[in-house]
Amino acid sequence: MAVIPRIAVHVFKESVRDKVLYNLVLFAVLLIVASYLIGQLTAGQEVKIIKDLGLGATQVFGLFIAVFIGIGLVSKEVERRSIYSLLAKPVRRHELILGKYAGLVLTLAVNIAVMAVALYAVLGYMSWVETEEFRQSWEAPATDPAMLLAVFLVFTQLMLVTAIALFFSTFSSPILSAVLTFGLYVVGHFNADLRNFENVVDSPTAAYLARALYYVLPNLAPFDIRAEVVHAQPVTLGYVALTTGYAAAYIGALLLGAMFIFSRRDFK
Amino acid sequence: MSGSRSASWWERPAVFAVAMATLVALVISSAMVRDRVYAASRAQTQLLYIPDGAVLGRMALSFDALLADVYWIRALQHYGGTKRADSEEKSYDLLGPLLDITTTLDPRFNVAYRFGAIFLTEGYPNGPGRPDLAIALLQKGIGEMPDKWEFYMDIGFIYYWWLQDYNAAALWFEKAANVPGASWWLRSLAANTLAAGGSRESSRTLWQQIYESADNDWIRNEAVRRLTQLQALDDIDQLIGAAQRFIEQGGRPPESWEELIGAGFVAGVPVDPTGLPYVLDSSNGTINVSSASELFPLPGETLPPPQ
Repeated sequence: MAVIPRIAVHVFKESVRDKVLYNLVLFAVLLIVASYLIGQLTAGQEVKIIKDLGLGATQVFGLFIAVFIGIGLVSKEVERRSIYSLLAKPVRRHELILGKYAGLVLTLAVNIAVMAVALYAVLGYMSWVETEEFRQSWEAPATDPAMLLAVFLVFTQLMLVTAIALFFSTFSSPILSAVLTFGLYVVGHFNADLRNFENVVDSPTAAYLARALYYVLPNLAPFDIRAEVVHAQPVTLGYVALTTGYAAAYIGALLLGAMFIFSRRDFK
Repeated sequence: MSGSRSASWWERPAVFAVAMATLVALVISSAMVRDRVYAASRAQTQLLYIPDGAVLGRMALSFDALLADVYWIRALQHYGGTKRADSEEKSYDLLGPLLDITTTLDPRFNVAYRFGAIFLTEGYPNGPGRPDLAIALLQKGIGEMPDKWEFYMDIGFIYYWWLQDYNAAALWFEKAANVPGASWWLRSLAANTLAAGGSRESSRTLWQQIYESADNDWIRNEAVRRLTQLQALDDIDQLIGAAQRFIEQGGRPPESWEELIGAGFVAGVPVDPTGLPYVLDSSNGTINVSSASELFPLPGETLPPPQ
């Protein structure tokens, strides 16, 4: 089983070599410039806007990493023919899939952790330079620990998106995988509308179909608690646990499917 | 290893199927529990991400018509979901903005104007009871499609049915009649409204004409419902007459249908056209359709929306 961690570390090192972590510099610059500009443009909402911007940027940067690296994890090896030399080594196909997935999750974890630290640093500075009276007017403290819940669910969502991208990359081309993954990502934010479809259609068949799609398609909206956290609305640990459990089961199903497909794939 | 590999346990189709089914069951059950415990689908929260249709139109690039369809579906879901919700207080606050966005994104969305106006006028709790917004929506439609005589007729109808302003109603029916291609009966409807506005018979004529000229099932069904409500109002008049005769004979109001049946004023427990018994409220001496009836509330008896 030591094979999987070794592949994971290799994927992480490869992403470092591919300069994926450069996005962290962009993120830090974005936050610092935005905090300065927003301070000139707004009256009293700087901390809220920086929180929104920081958490939103974490999600977007992570999404691009998850999709664009995720779709190439397997298909790139196949296109470069390096899959032959890989499989000639004592590496089983499912270990390759799990290792690649773990490696990208590790890359995401490092990215998101650094982004979170940068966000807290900027917010901490903003809090430090303000007067106590002004700080009292904020809905939530600038360095509110509850933001970590939002960051955690962003990470969990990105783990799910990575699993989707990896799943598609086991049997389709990188471009098609990207289209399908982004498609599911968009659908995943709107599919809650399918749940109440029976309120607007008379056909029971259409209602059942919509309800089935609601449960089968990934529902990504519940992972987004950024607005609640920024407005200091309560988010229970039970909710976070259930949403994480949902993601774990979904990721498990996707990885199992990816391993099953990849194990049967003929590379001749 | 991969060359002489033995199949892993999960590679056997049966094991794979069981494992996959278990994981899918876990996905579904966790989603169901979360929805049940934590206010189902947070995407359904009362929220308009971008409240300005013109801004949305620019952002939608060339997909504004498609986006209009999405917003129309959202409007339908908001109306249908709120109407069928079990909650005590119903808020249709988003209905007007959603319809406005829909018709801004696609100004020729005929159905959004006509159905939307019906939704907006429907009295609380079946709708927001906002004829003013409905008239504004239809006037917006007239601005885009001045040749649509149905929009003028719908405004006249709102004045007639919901606002009981028969002069304004007649004026709009006349405007509808003046649009080239309008139905022949609109001019007589305008005259009839001026002469006998508010009478049940003229209401019946109005709905009958709407039924016969409807270009889709939804409006036709709505006309049937309204005609059935008028039938219920006729029934209630007769039942009030029976109760009145009971009072004249016994010197007190009837307590129940059984008393009226026993006195021979009605043959059995009277039912409305949908088959549900009428409700005799002895505390205030009223007779009405049941609140469970599809006909509830009858015209003029809508509840005030919550403040």
